[in-house]
Amino acid sequence: MGGGTVRIGVTVFPGSNCDRDALYAIQRAGAEPVELWHADANLKGVEAVVVPGGFSYGDYLRPGAIARFAKVMAPLEEFASAGGPVLGVCNGFQVLTEAHLLPGALLRNTHMRFVCSRALVRFESVQTPWTSLFEPGDRLTLPVAHNEGNYFADEKTIAELEDEGRVVLRYMDNPNGSVNDIAGICSEGRNVVGLMPHPERASDPTLGFGEGLKVFESVLSFAGIKA
Amino acid sequence: MADTLKIRVLVRPKSGILDPQGEAVRRALPALGFEGVKTVHIGRLVEMEVESADEIEGMCRRLLANPTIEEYEWEVVR
Repeated sequence: MGGGTVRIGVTVFPGSNCDRDALYAIQRAGAEPVELWHADANLKGVEAVVVPGGFSYGDYLRPGAIARFAKVMAPLEEFASAGGPVLGVCNGFQVLTEAHLLPGALLRNTHMRFVCSRALVRFESVQTPWTSLFEPGDRLTLPVAHNEGNYFADEKTIAELEDEGRVVLRYMDNPNGSVNDIAGICSEGRNVVGLMPHPERASDPTLGFGEGLKVFESVLSFAGIKA
Repeated sequence: MADTLKIRVLVRPKSGILDPQGEAVRRALPALGFEGVKTVHIGRLVEMEVESADEIEGMCRRLLANPTIEEYEWEVVR
C-alpha cells in the first residue's frame, strides 16, 4: 500500500444500481475506487475497470444495447483492446457482449422469471486478472439477480470457449438455462471477464459472505498493475 | 422540408434460438381455450420516420437487432 494505490474505475450509466457496491468492494480490497460517468471521454487513468450491474438505460431495446454506445465506452473499448483488465458483472456482462468485447449474448431466463437468489458456482479457468487468487475447482456461493442471464453463443463459439479454457465460472445448479451451465467467461486475451453472479455483493462478511472480495483482490495482485 | 419515409423493422429471434416468451405464450393459449397452436415466436416491431432509407441497414445491424441472436427485415411502408 502506501503511495502507490491502484485506481480502479466503475462505470456509471443511468440505471446502474450495483456501482456503489462495486466501489465499496474495490475500496475494501485496498484500491482507490473511481467513478467513471457514462459521459466521460476518458478513463481518468485507472488501471482496471468494472462495468457494474443494474438496468442501464432501463434495459430498453435489449439489456446493454444502449449503454454500449455511451461516450465512456469508446475509451473503455480501447483500454480493453490494449489488454487492460475489464470486469462486467450482470448488466455489465450484458453491456460487454453487446459491445463485442465478449462473445455471445445473454438471453431471457428459460423459465421467464427474474432470478433473485444465491448460486453455487465453480471456478473453472482462473487465469484471468480477476480470478488469479482462486484455484480451479473452488466453489463459492454468490448472489444472482437477473432476468436475462441465460448465456448463449453458437456451437462453434461455445466449443472455442471450452477448448481455450475461457469458461471462468460454471453454475452447480443452473438458475437460468445457460448453455453448459456457463456463469462467466473471458475474452480471447483473457483480460475481459463477464460474470452473471455478483462478487461485489459478497465482499463483506457482515452481509453473510465475503469471499467475492477475492475477485477484486485478484486484480490488485495481477502482475501488470501490482503497485 | 425533406420527405419523410415510414420504415417498419421487424426483429425476431433467429431460428433455433430459444424464444422463452413465445413458448410461454404458446403454452398459455390452450388455457384460454385456443387449441391447435403449434408454435409462437415473439419479436419486436420498430416503426420509424426517416428522411432517407440509406442507413437503415446499419441501424439494424448496429443497434436495432443483435445479429448474434436476432434476425431482422425492414420495409418502406406505403
